[in-house]
Amino acid sequence: MATREETPLDQEVLDKTLQAELAKGTDRRVAEGRARAAGVRAYRKMHGEPEREAKAPAEREHAAAAAAGGDGGGNGGTAAAAAAAMAAPGATVAYAPPPAAAVRTAPAPTGRAPSAKPGAPDKHRLLALVAPEGVQRVEREQGDRINVFPHLLIEEFVALLVVLAVVIVFSTFVQAPLRELANPNLTPNPSKAPWYFLGLQELLRYFHPMIAGVIVPTLILVGLMAVPYVDRNPSNKPGDRKLAITLFTMLFMFGATLTISGSFFRGPGFNWVWPWSQGIFFEL
Amino acid sequence: MEALDKVRETEVWKSVFRPGSIFRKGYKDTQRDRALAMMNNVLYHLHPVKIKRHGLKLTYTFCLGGLSFFLFALLTVTGIYLMFFYRPSADIGGAQAYSDMLTIRNTVFFGDLVRNIHRWSAHLMVFTVALHMARVFYTGAYKPPREFNWVVGVILLFLTLGLSFTGYLLPWDQLSIWAVTVGTNLAGYSPLIASQVRFLLLGGLEVGPATLLRWYVLHVLALPFVLVLFLAVHFWRIRKDGGISGPL
Ligand code: HEM
Repeated sequence: MATREETPLDQEVLDKTLQAELAKGTDRRVAEGRARAAGVRAYRKMHGEPEREAKAPAEREHAAAAAAGGDGGGNGGTAAAAAAAMAAPGATVAYAPPPAAAVRTAPAPTGRAPSAKPGAPDKHRLLALVAPEGVQRVEREQGDRINVFPHLLIEEFVALLVVLAVVIVFSTFVQAPLRELANPNLTPNPSKAPWYFLGLQELLRYFHPMIAGVIVPTLILVGLMAVPYVDRNPSNKPGDRKLAITLFTMLFMFGATLTISGSFFRGPGFNWVWPWSQGIFFEL
Repeated sequence: MEALDKVRETEVWKSVFRPGSIFRKGYKDTQRDRALAMMNNVLYHLHPVKIKRHGLKLTYTFCLGGLSFFLFALLTVTGIYLMFFYRPSADIGGAQAYSDMLTIRNTVFFGDLVRNIHRWSAHLMVFTVALHMARVFYTGAYKPPREFNWVVGVILLFLTLGLSFTGYLLPWDQLSIWAVTVGTNLAGYSPLIASQVRFLLLGGLEVGPATLLRWYVLHVLALPFVLVLFLAVHFWRIRKDGGISGPL
């Protein structure tokens, strides 16, 4: 990184301004900034624009005007851009003069796309000075925050490794099923859907297919999506959410019970079996 | 060591690692480098530099969302490997899908293990996603401003089930075609649209070669693509909604 060049400035003006600002009770950081700006401006005023090549005439005019317009005292001594705008009333964009209050209105839209100033240098500025009063300070609790790297990433990585290890070990010892070639003319008995649909298949034993196969799944899907819009209780404390928690737990348990019974308690013909005496008719 | 320093000075190395990356200068355990490690990393799209300390608490999230995502990644990797050896064809007399399954099991390098991993992590993913949903419910994490992310989550659950179900058919054995027949019959008994949807899904009146091709394309391309889109929204919303909810 290039080291920052010292900007020449008028130390005397700086000191004087700093004293004046501090006497007014300005915040020390702000006061220092203003004093420094005043010092630089005073120096420039005395020596002309030093060592800045390739400036567009228009821009130099602005800068000169800014230097002239700066009062060298404590007051506005800040945003070069704002000062330049103030000193150039003939500019096409109508700036509102910066009010003392923190809120500043944006210039009214002109409705025209801006075009580059003739002869302007082929650069743009990414950095602008903003008057301290112009900055909206947002005060927020920093809170108790920790770095994602390494704390969270370590935790995630360990969780990942544990699951990976479990899956690999399990897959080494437990063979995934592969039966005979598919035969559309030979229905195995029982025929079961994958486990996550066995709750529905179980329901089919008790209800009309329209209910078990269409209405219930649709209700589940739509009902789940509607949860946040139906439950308007803003609290997330379990103590305040007894109804919601009870309902959800009941439905979840209901689904789990149906799934377990469809998985382990149904045998040939999807009839009831006791897994400990008649065996388990379940494949993953 | 000196050689390594030389490499670090090369244009190529510098072009790979952004300024401030821990691989450029070496890592010092300071706040600044910890922040830079995130900011100069593609992970910065998923995680911010800092989170609430509470977000670390294992018994709040149980890492279930993260593990669902990891399982999805694992399934993608193992699935790609399986795709090298699998043809989704089940024409009469030459059910290549099934014979390819046998080849994968018996002759492909690590084929059996990779297939087992793919199968078991698929079941596990359905399970972790369901548990993740339960966790989100019990912590009330779907409350404003996270309502919409819950809806995105339900879509993810649906897509996860779809991926698992379409994959279930691919071995083309007795287990798979009959499970799919029973599963699709669930919806197919009903009049009106459901039976037409079933016809569209199966590419016919019953499970056959057309179904296999259709479900293969859904399984390896269409559904993962849609799932990734929704995952992107899901993760983006987590950050925009202010990170993990809570503490309770
Ligand atoms: C493919 C499936 C899914 C993946 C990979 C996934 C991933 C994640 C991840 C990584 C998080 C961060 C917190 C955590 O790990 O618990 C999260 C949070 C969240 N997920 Fe999911 N999710 C999935 C499905 C779902 C489902 C089915 C729902 C609900 C129906 C859901 C709703 C939410 C909500 C509301 C949050 C914010 C939670 C909070 O702020 O505490 N997600 N998800």
